[in-house]
Amino acid sequence: MPNTAIALVQLGAVFFGLGLLGKLAWRIGISPIPLYLIGGLAFGQGGIVPLHGIEDFTHIASEIGVILLLLLLGLEYSAAELVTGLKRSWTAGVVDIVLNAAPGAIAALILGWGPVGALAMAGVTYISSSGIIAKVLGDLGRLGNRETPVVLSVLVFEDLAMAVYLPILTAVLAGVSFLGGLSAVGISLLAITVVLIIALRFGKYVSALVDSPDPEVFLLKVLGAALLVAGVAAQLQVSAAVGAFLLGIAISGSTAENATRMLEPLRDLFAAMFFVVFGLNTDPTSIPPVLGLAIALAVVTTLTKVATGWWAAKRQGIGRLGRARAGAALVARGEFSIVIASLAVASGGVDGELAALATAYVLLMAVLGPVAARVVEPLAKFTRKRGTEPATA
Amino acid sequence: MNVEVTPLPGIGTRQDFMIRAGRRIGVITHRDGKFELIVSSKDDPDNCSASIALTPAEAGTLAGLLGAPQLVAHLEEQHRDVAGISTRQFPIVPGSTFDGRTLGETELRTRTGASIVAVVRAGSVHPSPRPDFVFEGGDLVVVVGTADGLAKTADILDG
Repeated sequence: MPNTAIALVQLGAVFFGLGLLGKLAWRIGISPIPLYLIGGLAFGQGGIVPLHGIEDFTHIASEIGVILLLLLLGLEYSAAELVTGLKRSWTAGVVDIVLNAAPGAIAALILGWGPVGALAMAGVTYISSSGIIAKVLGDLGRLGNRETPVVLSVLVFEDLAMAVYLPILTAVLAGVSFLGGLSAVGISLLAITVVLIIALRFGKYVSALVDSPDPEVFLLKVLGAALLVAGVAAQLQVSAAVGAFLLGIAISGSTAENATRMLEPLRDLFAAMFFVVFGLNTDPTSIPPVLGLAIALAVVTTLTKVATGWWAAKRQGIGRLGRARAGAALVARGEFSIVIASLAVASGGVDGELAALATAYVLLMAVLGPVAARVVEPLAKFTRKRGTEPATA
Repeated sequence: MNVEVTPLPGIGTRQDFMIRAGRRIGVITHRDGKFELIVSSKDDPDNCSASIALTPAEAGTLAGLLGAPQLVAHLEEQHRDVAGISTRQFPIVPGSTFDGRTLGETELRTRTGASIVAVVRAGSVHPSPRPDFVFEGGDLVVVVGTADGLAKTADILDG
């Protein structure tokens, strides 16, 4: 077979396989992300069918996947929502960072991965998966619940924290000096401030620039703008993903809604590719040695997320059951933990085991999150009936 | 009524209020135009025992159903200063005389002096129906007139 034909057959098989995995995942009520990772692991080194000739495509596709993940994350929020969310939830946000970044950082330090590894692992255990959580809240009919705005505002805070964290991480991974790191932080903070001001004051014009009544023109303009901004951001040592995120925030109103509707399937396609490529590049045999640690980390960070949600909900006057639900809802980790791990691994600046640990951790947490959200209520009621304190886990 | 408006970042807006029975009731307006009717649990006011997804058309119908008595109350209010005039609603029972016949055929104005000012059908209000308006079983007919006229109207429309 000619090369193109082989590549097409392989790509087709990969996409079709991912489709089947995705269907299976939603049927059993979990996120498809762990299945995509397992799929990638299976087809990687020593896998069932080694893939040849599509590396160029899968590499760039997974890059686009990350850019689209963050662009759509930015599109989801308007600048006004971010600002009010920030005002309302910053204390809960700080508690969230302290409680959930610490276990990852400490684990990395114990393993001797140094401060850079600690910074990366802190991000992996800190960031909840807004994708999984929004889906689970919708599925369980909890959008009308009183504690849901608390959960959502914590997620908004996390996403803003990511916008600051990712450029810092990229700078640190690139091995820049302390001063260089500081200037990268300065540049990213400045960029975020400028984008927020532009979005608040002139969001209309940014939207008008990419808007078009013709779907084809619109899609090309939005995608083109995202890749352009991401590329320029990458050139400026700010992460490409952050550039896309900021562009997403600047686009608002009906333009943002149309863009979301149009780009969602594209994101799902390319993001799936991103998870597979991450799995492909991880050696499956490296997972068993770190599995025990991943389980320990999963247990600890489940408890810390529940504590975060419990505390945040309590501050808003939510009852005990609601606090337990808020805590359990925040447990899921997913796409962004993998984004962080892939940035860290790609730079080569961290220990190779980090990818294995992050993969095992996300495999556990992406499954555990939706399960925790489901079982928390019966569990809390059961413990209350027995006359004891409602479980905080 | 103290309606609480809560933004749901990335999803839409929630508007709800506490009813006298101690439950929260409200609507989530999704960004993409879908609606969700929410009713809180009895034992846990933070939780929702029902959250029902509605299309815009379904939401409109439900609003109409809940709004019909409101319409009558509103007309009542308007006519309060006019002595001797009141507003009432009469159902067209399926299979009754005027099910499938026109408004003109009732000759209501000639026979009673009362006027049909609106018809509520399947949740939507048809204001100032014309004589060629065809009634259907299940319609609610809103009539304005004197006490005597309304009593006669009841006889005619029930027949």
